[in-house]
Amino acid sequence: MAARVVTVTSGKGGVGKTTATANIGVALAAAGQRVVCIDADIGLRNLDVVMGLENRIVYDLVDVVEGRCKLRQAMIKDKRLPDLHLIPAAQTRDKTAVSPKDMVRLADEIRPDFDWVVIDSPAGIERGFRNAIAPADLVLIVTNPEVSAVRDADRIIGLVEAEEKGPPQLIINRVKAEMVRRGDMLSTQDVLEVLAIQLIGVIPEDEQVLVSSNQGMPAALEPKSRAGKAFRDIARRLNGEEVPFDDLEARDGFFGRLTRLVRPGGAS
Amino acid sequence: MSFLRFLRGEATSARAAKERLQLVLVHDRADLPPAKLEALKDDLIAVLSRYVEIDSRAVRIELTRDRDQQRLVADIPLASSRARRRPIG
Repeated sequence: MAARVVTVTSGKGGVGKTTATANIGVALAAAGQRVVCIDADIGLRNLDVVMGLENRIVYDLVDVVEGRCKLRQAMIKDKRLPDLHLIPAAQTRDKTAVSPKDMVRLADEIRPDFDWVVIDSPAGIERGFRNAIAPADLVLIVTNPEVSAVRDADRIIGLVEAEEKGPPQLIINRVKAEMVRRGDMLSTQDVLEVLAIQLIGVIPEDEQVLVSSNQGMPAALEPKSRAGKAFRDIARRLNGEEVPFDDLEARDGFFGRLTRLVRPGGAS
Repeated sequence: MSFLRFLRGEATSARAAKERLQLVLVHDRADLPPAKLEALKDDLIAVLSRYVEIDSRAVRIELTRDRDQQRLVADIPLASSRARRRPIG
């Protein structure tokens, strides 16, 4: 079966696109799927360090597109998961070195031999973003529960729909349950109401994500990490499994029960 | 304390965020920022006033959204309607 191409994008920078790409790629590969991750953020290479593969780069995305190497030569094999590969971004070129057509051609060349292609999009809505979504079968939009990130997500949803990519799905990253509970952070429900989009994952704020990225070992490989589990759940949903969403914002304990008593129906 | 505010159902910062988002997105989606809408309103009043006497201070014009359709809704009270209701004498 030919690979499905999933592009991870956001509009706003710094919401966790690269982290999400690395973790979804890792989680899919850990589940036995053949995966290629592509860093489409040309000029600002990052996916390699998050995946811990920065020391093995010889060729990059632009080298493949411009024919200086074979596709296979630019694919870096992961250290831990034999079925996980990375095509890194070029560091010294800019996004005009690649066109949306190049990306479609590249994805078509990869498709027959793999199960998934996961593309890390640059921030913004310019050429780099267009490159990243051009070959996508499915677009995942990463946002944080804050006004600016959700606003940008809405803009991206409109652009993705205009490209007739089918309905994108949403990842809400860095949710702080405690803040949601006391009414100081948008809840999952709030964000979904505002954006009217299908949800594919809710990632709790988790210090392990930084620890993992320090070490170049995505949190999805950490059995105990809550964020890692949430990313593994996304991978399972991509594979068609029905996975219930963990209720990160559940009001448990004494105050939770009290809240429910005082305000039946909840108020998040 | 914000938790007590929340218990009493008062405005929380999350609710403020949601309301601000909903408002800004209505304008974003229509590519019609509030100031431009205000200008549109002034123009509308100027044009309408050539034909009918309107109560320009009471004119309301807003963007709404139901399902996938964005709508520009204008409420334009006529000056005469108010005058007529005024008691005579």
